Amino acid sequence: MTRQLIVGTRKGAFLLGRRGKTWHIDRAALLGDPVSMVLGEADGTLHVAQDLGHFGVKMKRSRDGGATWEERPVPRYPPKPEGEEDVDPTRRTPVPWDLKKVWALEASPRAGELWCGTIPGALFRSRDGGDSWQIVESLWNDPRRKEWFGGGADYPGIHSVLVDPRNPDVVKIGVSCAGLWASADAGATWELQGAGMRAAYMPPEQALNPLFQDPHRIVQCAAAPEHLWIQHHNGIFRSRDGGRTCTEIETAQPSSFGFAVVVHPDNPDTAWFVPGVKDEKRYPVDGAVVVTRTRDGARSFDVLRDGLPQQHAYDVVYRHGLDIDADGATLAFGSTTGNLWLSEDQGDHWQQLSSSLPPIYCVRFAG
Amino acid sequence: MASVHFTQNLARHTDCPTAELPAGTVAELLERYFERWPAVRGFVLDDQGEVRKHVKVLVDGRNLRDRQRLTDALDAGSEVYVFQALSGG
Repeated sequence: MTRQLIVGTRKGAFLLGRRGKTWHIDRAALLGDPVSMVLGEADGTLHVAQDLGHFGVKMKRSRDGGATWEERPVPRYPPKPEGEEDVDPTRRTPVPWDLKKVWALEASPRAGELWCGTIPGALFRSRDGGDSWQIVESLWNDPRRKEWFGGGADYPGIHSVLVDPRNPDVVKIGVSCAGLWASADAGATWELQGAGMRAAYMPPEQALNPLFQDPHRIVQCAAAPEHLWIQHHNGIFRSRDGGRTCTEIETAQPSSFGFAVVVHPDNPDTAWFVPGVKDEKRYPVDGAVVVTRTRDGARSFDVLRDGLPQQHAYDVVYRHGLDIDADGATLAFGSTTGNLWLSEDQGDHWQQLSSSLPPIYCVRFAG
Repeated sequence: MASVHFTQNLARHTDCPTAELPAGTVAELLERYFERWPAVRGFVLDDQGEVRKHVKVLVDGRNLRDRQRLTDALDAGSEVYVFQALSGG
């Protein structure tokens, strides 16, 4: 299969492929409009979610490598019942029953099945490759859902959807802010998990409440999906039991604050992060872009700098801005400054693929 | 018959020609329009059927009053314009 890298930015989507000795931008698609999420399926189908601002969120699909795009239906929220009380518990502002952002898009091993996480926090499922979407009512109607609260965004949202490659009925979601939720029955019922995550932004007696956690991003090891890595607002956590319990990792330097995390597809002890100064400042420590990597289950971390700017660099890497290819060696990440870097040796050396892209929202390998 | 016109900024995304349709309210006018051009609905109205926050609707030169239910009355010959509120980025 031809490997492809898809980059969603404030001004469109960019498709990259490997030609000769390096990677090149093969196509700029849908220029001019923000692309909040991208997905490249194993069969070559591409999906993008656009945020058109005035005109709302749209989704498009391409089956010819991005040459042409067809408008596809977007997930729709149900009619809000008259008198229904639904307010963000922090801000006391009404939560709109209206799609504001597609924040997660994942393909299931089950043919045609896609999952979509959104702001305001809802989960949608498609069983026809994105031709239609159904809201997961068990979650939307769960009374605990109304305790979810917005973090950096105005409303709570689902940014991570993990589908178990061995059993696609097992689905987990990461919510900012409402922690980690798991379903063993394809979304029919939900269990709040994530014991052990810690929220320093809450009063001490509430800091360990799993409902108040702000995982920025949750990923699972494809070959051993009971192993999760979590880049949390407070730091790094990992779980070895599918998210039931989590352990805080406090040894990463130069910082354990960040948004993005990826885990090696075969080796659950190997994971990468892009750290920044916590927590309101959010820029690389000392203005030097680094990637941190552990290969021993967080007993130690490497700080990877080769090929990355080490002076006056203020790149922020969003939660979907880092990805790893299925080969376990090729990684790519993109920043708010429009820089895009790629490594083919697990991060030991990085090459800059572009320094002039629009602000980057998401970076994903296809397949 | 009332007529409805859409900003050219929307025509960039979806086919939305000017049309004349029989309607007593803005809601009726748009519903009839969406029957023929269903793709336009999601660009103008949100999931609850309200006018999108950054879409501006003018009825005979005045701002639409009822952006939730679009009950503003139309006369024969009314002109409805759907614009985007200005913003940058």
